[in-house]
Amino acid sequence: MSEATGVIHDIGYQRYTGPRLARRQVFGALYGHGVRTVFGFGRSAKAKIFPWLVVAVVTVVAAGVTAVRSQIGEVVLTYAQFADAMSWLVIFFAAVAAPELVSRDLRSGVLPLYFSRPLPRGDYALAKLLALVTSLWLLLGGPQLVMFLGAAFTTDRGLRGVWDELLDLLPGLLYAGLWAVVFASIALLVASLTGKRAFAAGGIVAVFLMTTPVVGVLSILPSRTVNELAFLAAPSSLVSGVGTWALGDRLTQGQEGGIPIGDFGPVYAVVAVLLVAACVSLLLLRYRKVAAR
Amino acid sequence: MPGAACASYSDSVTLLATESLTKTYGGRVTALADLTVSVEPGIIGLVGANGAGKSTLIKILLGLLPPTSGRVQVLGLDPTTDPAAVRARVGYMPEHDALPPDLSAAELVTHLGRMSGLPRTVARERASEALRHVGLHEERHRAVGGYSTGMKQRVKLAQALVHDPDLLLLDEPTNGLDPAGRDAMLALVHRIGTEFGISVVVCSHLLGEVERICDTLIAIDGGRLLRADRVAAMTTATDVLAVEVSEGTEELAARLAALDLPVSRDGRLLLVPLADDHTYDLILGAVAELDLPLHRLDQRRHRVAELFAPREPSHV
Repeated sequence: MSEATGVIHDIGYQRYTGPRLARRQVFGALYGHGVRTVFGFGRSAKAKIFPWLVVAVVTVVAAGVTAVRSQIGEVVLTYAQFADAMSWLVIFFAAVAAPELVSRDLRSGVLPLYFSRPLPRGDYALAKLLALVTSLWLLLGGPQLVMFLGAAFTTDRGLRGVWDELLDLLPGLLYAGLWAVVFASIALLVASLTGKRAFAAGGIVAVFLMTTPVVGVLSILPSRTVNELAFLAAPSSLVSGVGTWALGDRLTQGQEGGIPIGDFGPVYAVVAVLLVAACVSLLLLRYRKVAAR
Repeated sequence: MPGAACASYSDSVTLLATESLTKTYGGRVTALADLTVSVEPGIIGLVGANGAGKSTLIKILLGLLPPTSGRVQVLGLDPTTDPAAVRARVGYMPEHDALPPDLSAAELVTHLGRMSGLPRTVARERASEALRHVGLHEERHRAVGGYSTGMKQRVKLAQALVHDPDLLLLDEPTNGLDPAGRDAMLALVHRIGTEFGISVVVCSHLLGEVERICDTLIAIDGGRLLRADRVAAMTTATDVLAVEVSEGTEELAARLAALDLPVSRDGRLLLVPLADDHTYDLILGAVAELDLPLHRLDQRRHRVAELFAPREPSHV
C-alpha cells in the first residue's frame, strides 16, 4: 500500500506465467462489467442517481399495487400490465443506460484498447447487449417479484394460492424478458451510432416517441386489417401484440385487456424476431466498421 | 555491444516478418505497397512521415485489418488467420486519446487486464505493478480525466503492459509530450525493451527520437520500405566529429582541408568524419596551431535521417 513506510524495493518486472482465461470467461467479465455499469456500481455517486431513482419508482409502484390488491382483494395490475404500464420508464432507463454502455467507449476512444485484445469485436457488442437486456429485465422482473411476494404472503388459499400466483408470475417474467430484448436491441443500436451521450439518449427516446403516433393514425384508418396490423409500427405496441398472441389469457388473467390484433399474432411474433435480428446484425456490422478504423 | 550478444540467438527467432505485404483501400489508396521486411527481437523503430503507412501496418500486425495481398507473421503466428493468439501476446498503445476520463487508472488497467484474460485478482495486482513500472503508483486511484498528457501516455503504456505481452506495439508514444516528457518516455521504452525482455516496435515520425533507443530501424515512405537494418550496421562507418570554435571557423576549415580531412560545414559546426583516433589529434593540433578558442569537440552519430535520404553524390 502507498502508506507503507518501509523502503520500497524495486523488485523489477515480473513475467506472468499463470493461467489466462478463455474467451467465454472474458465475455463473462465484460458482461458483468456492463451490468454493473448500468446500475452505476464502481462509478461515481452521480452515475448512480438516475438508475436507482427509476428502480425506486418501479418498486414503489409495484409495492403500491400489491398493497391495494391485498386491501380490496382484486388484481389491480397483472404482471404483464405492470410491464406495459412501466414502458415509458423502461424507455428512459434504456435511453440512459445504452449510451452509458457504448457511447462512452466510442467517445473516449477506448475501443482500440479492447479490439487489440483477444476478445473478438462481435463479443464486445454482444456482451454489452446482453448486459442491457439483463438490466432491463431485472428492472421489470424485480418489481414483479415484489408483487408476487406480496400476493403470496397475503393469499388466503394457502399453498394452492401461492402456486397459482407463481403460474401468473412466470408468463409475466417472460413478457418482461420480451420487453427487455426488444428495447435493448433498439436502444443499443441507436447508442452505438454516436459518441455523444445526449444525442444517443435523445435518439433512443425519439425512436419510441416518433413511432407511437404512427400506431395511433393507423389504428383509426377505415380498414380492419390495417387497424389490426397498426401495432407493428411502434416497438412498444409490437411487444404488446406479441404478448397478446403468445401468452393471451395468462397475460391478462381474465381481465379485459390485450390489444386487438385479430388473427395476425404470428405476424407480430415474426416481425419482433426480425426486428431484433436486424438490430443485432446492424450492431455487429457497426462494430466491424469501428474496429477497422 | 548488445548487437553482438544476441546475433546468434536471433538468427533463429523472427519477431515479425512480412512478405510482399500490400494494403489498398477501395482499390485506389495504397497504404502499403509490396512491403517485405523481417526483424529480430529487440527495440524496433518504425519511422516514416505521417501517412506513410505505419498505423496501417500496426493494424495488420494486430489482425484488425486484412491485407490486400502478401503474408505477415508476428511471433511466428499469422494474424490474418489467428488474430486472437497474436493479440494475446501483443500489447498495443494507440496514438490517439484512448482513456475514459471518469475512471481511475487502476480501474481501467485492471479492467483491460481482465479483457486480456487475466483472472480478477491477478489483473488487479498486475495493473498496480504495470502502473508502478510506468511511474504512476501514487496517482493510480485518481480519475484519468485530471491527468496530464504525459501521465495519460503512461497509462496507455501500462495497459499495453498489464497482460505481460511478448511484443509491444507503440504508436507515437511521445506524441504531445514536452522535451522532458519525451526523454522520460523514451527511457521507459528503452527499459522495457532491455530490462523487461519485451520486444518493442516504436512508431514515430521523428527519426532523431527513436534512433537513440532502437537497435533496428524500419523506414517506410508512401507504404514502401525505404530501409530496414540494425542501427549499428547503419551508423558504425559514419560517425563524425563535430568541432566548434568561437572564431576562426574559416581558417580552421582551410587548415583541416589542407590536412586531407574531408571537412564539411553545418552552420557554426565543422564536421569531420571520424576515421580513427588520429583524427582527434589532427584536429586538436590544427586548433592549437591556429590558437583558436575551441568551444567543443565531440563525436556524434551521423544522423540516421541522412541514411534514409535519397543518396546524393556527396555521400561517401
